[in-house]
Amino acid sequence: MSEKKGLLQRLAEGQIWTSIFRGGGTPKSRRQRMMVVLNSVFLHLHPVRLPKHAVKLKFTWCMGGLSFFIFLILTISGILLMFYYRPTIEYAYTDIIDLAEQVPFGIMREIHRWGAHAMVITVWLHMFRVFMTGSYKPPREFNWAIGVILLLLTLLLSFTGYLLPWDQLAIWAIAVGSNMARATPFLGSEGPGAALLAIGDINFVTVASDVRFALIGGRFLGEATLLRFYVLHCIGLPFIIMIFMAVHFWRIRKDGGISTPV
Amino acid sequence: MPDKTDKKTATLSPSAPPPAALDNADSNSEVTRRSFFSWLSIGWIAFVAATGGFFTMMLRFFFPNVLFEPVQTFRAGFPDDYQAGQVDLRWKAKFGTWIVRNDEGIYALSTVCTHLGCTPNWLNAEQKFKCPCHGSGFRKTGINFEGPAPRPLERFRIILADDGQIVIDKTKKYQQEKGQWSDPEAFLKV
Repeated sequence: MSEKKGLLQRLAEGQIWTSIFRGGGTPKSRRQRMMVVLNSVFLHLHPVRLPKHAVKLKFTWCMGGLSFFIFLILTISGILLMFYYRPTIEYAYTDIIDLAEQVPFGIMREIHRWGAHAMVITVWLHMFRVFMTGSYKPPREFNWAIGVILLLLTLLLSFTGYLLPWDQLAIWAIAVGSNMARATPFLGSEGPGAALLAIGDINFVTVASDVRFALIGGRFLGEATLLRFYVLHCIGLPFIIMIFMAVHFWRIRKDGGISTPV
Repeated sequence: MPDKTDKKTATLSPSAPPPAALDNADSNSEVTRRSFFSWLSIGWIAFVAATGGFFTMMLRFFFPNVLFEPVQTFRAGFPDDYQAGQVDLRWKAKFGTWIVRNDEGIYALSTVCTHLGCTPNWLNAEQKFKCPCHGSGFRKTGINFEGPAPRPLERFRIILADDGQIVIDKTKKYQQEKGQWSDPEAFLKV
């Protein structure tokens, strides 16, 4: 062996490399390999070592991992769509047509749409798998609750994204969906208990002040609804779901790793 | 806080305060347990109040004072523009209203299906409103008779303006199941 160090080795011992990846060069021992994982903000969410069964497709179906993978695809394709889409009644529908027919790689819009369908399916299947393998049992019951919130957020992302093309399907779907909000107990103008929140003849929960009004930004579906759903779809809900996802992944490790087949 | 300190010294010995209390009063620089907890309480109350105020602002922010929505009141022409026994579709797309005239007068029906809010179609051959979403059917009067709709279509306030034109006011609704159709402004006698 020659004594002269190779380029790669010199890079690995240089300041740039060692300042980014702590642990002193190529990990050689188990301890060093573990430290590499623990010192990375991205890798540390995952367990350092996996039991053999954890990568068994028959047991996990990989539905959680697939859901996250599809979420990343949706985030990237969604950001790309935002460069062309304008959330106004005047432009929304034609911008979707423009995206599909004129913009290079118009398939980006189809990727986003079909990816959204796929994510809803994989999230449901992930829940089904976790239920059937009993992985919701202690000590993982808190992570199950986080998972239920993630399912709800996935459905809300799907619901808010549904309106954005502003076609007949979108408007009527949201018309039906937001009318259900009228029947919310106490908070919806036609819900049970809403009439109780009144002083004399003055109702506090009316068509112009109930939970549906806050959701669609008015008494009727319109410009305000489209803008509200757009902001929720692109900023609000993704922000919240990422926080819950970080907790969800981290808790898998903290709850003793992935569950074991009986 | 100063009240309490005075009270304590007063109860201990009204004439001559104990030397320990004197020491405490003299050394202003030292943080006592009591003043620490007082400031802590004030701090927490201020923090909770500020946070609560901010969240109240956030909630109120979502209820705008001015709505940029279509006009809810419109003039629908003269009564003679409408034929008896006809369901008039001219205001359906623009104002979401069917104007129906019978032998006694005119009423304005809302085009919002009472099931889940879709827009039914008037089928002249079958003399009924039929909703394409879930199949609810309504008679010409607005009474529901088939499908999932739980109650009749709503009627709007209908009055005559000074110039003899019909005015439809969509902000006021009359529901049959509440007995409101007998209200004089739910039906325009001609």
